[in-house]
Amino acid sequence: MTTLTTVFQMVIGLFVDDGSLALAIILIVLLSSIVANLMPDMPLATGAILLLGCLGVLFSNVMKAASDSHSKSMKQADD
Amino acid sequence: MIWTTSAPAITAAFLSSLVEAVEALTIVLAVATVRGWRPAATGAFAGLALLVLMVFALGPLLDRIPLRLLQFVIGVLLLLFGMRWLRKAILRAAGIIALHDEAVAFAAETEELRDQARRHDVRLDWLAGLASFKAVVLEGLEVVFIVIAVGAGRGLIGAASLGAFVACLVVVALGLVIHRPLARVPENTLKFAVGVMLSAFGIFWTGEGLGVPWPGEDVAITAFAALFLMVALAAVALSRRARA
Repeated sequence: MTTLTTVFQMVIGLFVDDGSLALAIILIVLLSSIVANLMPDMPLATGAILLLGCLGVLFSNVMKAASDSHSKSMKQADD
Repeated sequence: MIWTTSAPAITAAFLSSLVEAVEALTIVLAVATVRGWRPAATGAFAGLALLVLMVFALGPLLDRIPLRLLQFVIGVLLLLFGMRWLRKAILRAAGIIALHDEAVAFAAETEELRDQARRHDVRLDWLAGLASFKAVVLEGLEVVFIVIAVGAGRGLIGAASLGAFVACLVVVALGLVIHRPLARVPENTLKFAVGVMLSAFGIFWTGEGLGVPWPGEDVAITAFAALFLMVALAAVALSRRARA
């Protein structure tokens, strides 16, 4: 059972490191799928949401991590 | 074989295999240093055999899945996997998280194996072989995923496997010559490049799975990679500035 749990955690770990990034990517893909179904005659809109959404998610996630790290080091300096 | 698709697929497999092989070699070398080459090589070859078996078993199986569904599922997994690598590479390049140090990893593994030797001397060959096997399988699993993901559905599994195999040979040859961890390999730069490529593949395949007719077809992958690279470099620069 422990081995199975380890293997499962290992496989999940391949795709998920920061939970919020994974969740945001899934949400962008879901949104793109909804747009693809609602507007089948505008497939490039789906592509644009997918591409720009993922780029935006990556950028904001990294900037948030940088800002969190900065606040943490400032707090440690104050302590 | 379409060069615009096969070149990024082979390059992604080659570079990712290079990174993972360097990490696996560090552990295998640690095992060889503490207990000799026999358990180290046995464990490593057993791990490699398992990985090759996985590629041969899973590859043909994936060909039975409808193409659009396969593209969508693999595309989403590539997005999760590639953007995870890219995020980590950006944070390392910006100095927010520490770079992976092969010399430190080698020292830690050697110390752990020596500690095990003090406790269970009789079983050590077996434990050392297992450590080597685990390292190869764990690091190789990511390469197997990349080979299957960039190769499946387009008949490129063979080409991608070849790229990964050549990278392994290069790392093993270098390891045998210099006999210590390859600490000078620009691991984060390689991870950065692989993250960019896999994210671009992920966008392309997820879009194809959703029925998006990408302008320029396969050439779009290169454009997506350029966009991811620009955003990633901007994120590194801004994160560094935020830290300063």
